[in-house]
Amino acid sequence: MEKNAGFMKALKCRECGREYPLTATHVCEFDFGPLEVVYDYNRIKQSLIRPVIQSRPQTMWRYRELLPVAGEPTVGFQVGFTPLIKADRLARRLGVRELWVKNDTVNYPSLSFKDRVVSVALSRARELGFTTVACASTGNLANSVAANAAAAGLKAYVFIPADLEQGKVVNSLVYGAEVIGIKGHYDEVNRLCAEIAGKYGWAFVNVNMRPYYAEGSKSMGFEIIEQLGWRVPQHTVVPMASGSLLTKVQKSYQEFTKLGLAPETTYHVHGAQATGCAPISTAQKAGLDFFKPVKPNTIAKSLAIGTPADGFYALKVMKETGGAADDVTDDEVREGIRWLAECEGIFAETAGGVTVGVAKKLIVSGRIPANDSVVLCVTGNGLKTLDAVVGQVGRTREIKPSLREFEALLAHEDRVTA
Amino acid sequence: MPKKVRIPTPLRKLTNNEELVEVNAATIGEAIAELQRRFPGIQERLLDDTGAVRRFVNVYVNQEDIRFLQNQQTPVKDGDEISIIPAIAGG
Repeated sequence: MEKNAGFMKALKCRECGREYPLTATHVCEFDFGPLEVVYDYNRIKQSLIRPVIQSRPQTMWRYRELLPVAGEPTVGFQVGFTPLIKADRLARRLGVRELWVKNDTVNYPSLSFKDRVVSVALSRARELGFTTVACASTGNLANSVAANAAAAGLKAYVFIPADLEQGKVVNSLVYGAEVIGIKGHYDEVNRLCAEIAGKYGWAFVNVNMRPYYAEGSKSMGFEIIEQLGWRVPQHTVVPMASGSLLTKVQKSYQEFTKLGLAPETTYHVHGAQATGCAPISTAQKAGLDFFKPVKPNTIAKSLAIGTPADGFYALKVMKETGGAADDVTDDEVREGIRWLAECEGIFAETAGGVTVGVAKKLIVSGRIPANDSVVLCVTGNGLKTLDAVVGQVGRTREIKPSLREFEALLAHEDRVTA
Repeated sequence: MPKKVRIPTPLRKLTNNEELVEVNAATIGEAIAELQRRFPGIQERLLDDTGAVRRFVNVYVNQEDIRFLQNQQTPVKDGDEISIIPAIAGG
């Protein structure tokens, strides 16, 4: 064990509890269970108190005691503390009393929540002496690894399904990362990367760095609590790909409660998927505690993981918190994107459409009572997935630069709307 | 001609660091039993108490997840490649 481990104590298997040193390793040698960081909460409790947090810069690192780096972060120290918007117009359209949008479409620097996990993973990778970083990605993670690695002077390899949206491909290439397109879906990219990670001495953020990486997601939950005035929301709707974000949102609520930063309360964490890739939602609706892998077919490519690594734990979190899951079709995803844009001026990527669409279903069916308060986690920017909505969100009317033509157009519209 | 099994890093301590092992089995289940005979202890890493493949272990035959095939009854033929891979996080 390294001498200075910050507030971390060890890595621990979530299945059998065996402990491991704080190195770049991600699965238990005994049962392949995922490893998770164990913290010294007694020490954290002494330094992480509200006035201290409030005195720090408005980034995710204001909660640094609960993030797994030994020293000060060296990558991405401007990430996080994105706006929490009170979404009254969308609340009315969805038919719920109080609605908030956690808006990670404007997360720094790569416009998705992935900057949270990547700044942790790369800071930790540097501490462990790595100079090359890599990831298997559905797009957003690749963008974030490429951008943050460039800024930190690290060499980056990103592996993506070859059929990704062009915006996400360009958004990785521009930073000078090595982008490898794999002819297959994400689960196949993942499988290949597991094999590559075993062979090369690289920090694969979501393979051998996963225990650290995944913890970065907690910052989204910490911020929600602080921005709500130090309280845990009644309902949180979280998009699910691997299911990791959902489990870490619950962990953030548990940690803040345990540390006395938020009062104990009852809360529900709900999961959102696209119908074309809904292994976790299907299992939740059937009351199962395990899922059956699927082959993804959805426009929500950032959520298209057919074999979700944290699916089992995501199901457990929903069960424990009385949360529900549901899934929406591609048309409902586009409607969700439009509603969020029209009501709140926020342009989310397809995963955001999934979250809004599922929230609508949960409210209509009463699984989220109309009189309650809800937070939607919106995790990525719509400019990255233009392909999914081109031609489906209205179209431009063209006229000559002539006032007469413009007035004719308006008059025509008056007739149509009258 | 035998079938190749790709051994993941966490299990290589059991296979004397061998990355690629050859077996003669006709199904995935038999391949696991054969591995166990040659590398005692490997079976309990892969299978749980009920004999099912553990929750966080993924087994592939020529890049296809055996859960899309016939699980442990999935046949393997000469030249096939079997991969054992831990589940990994999203992206």
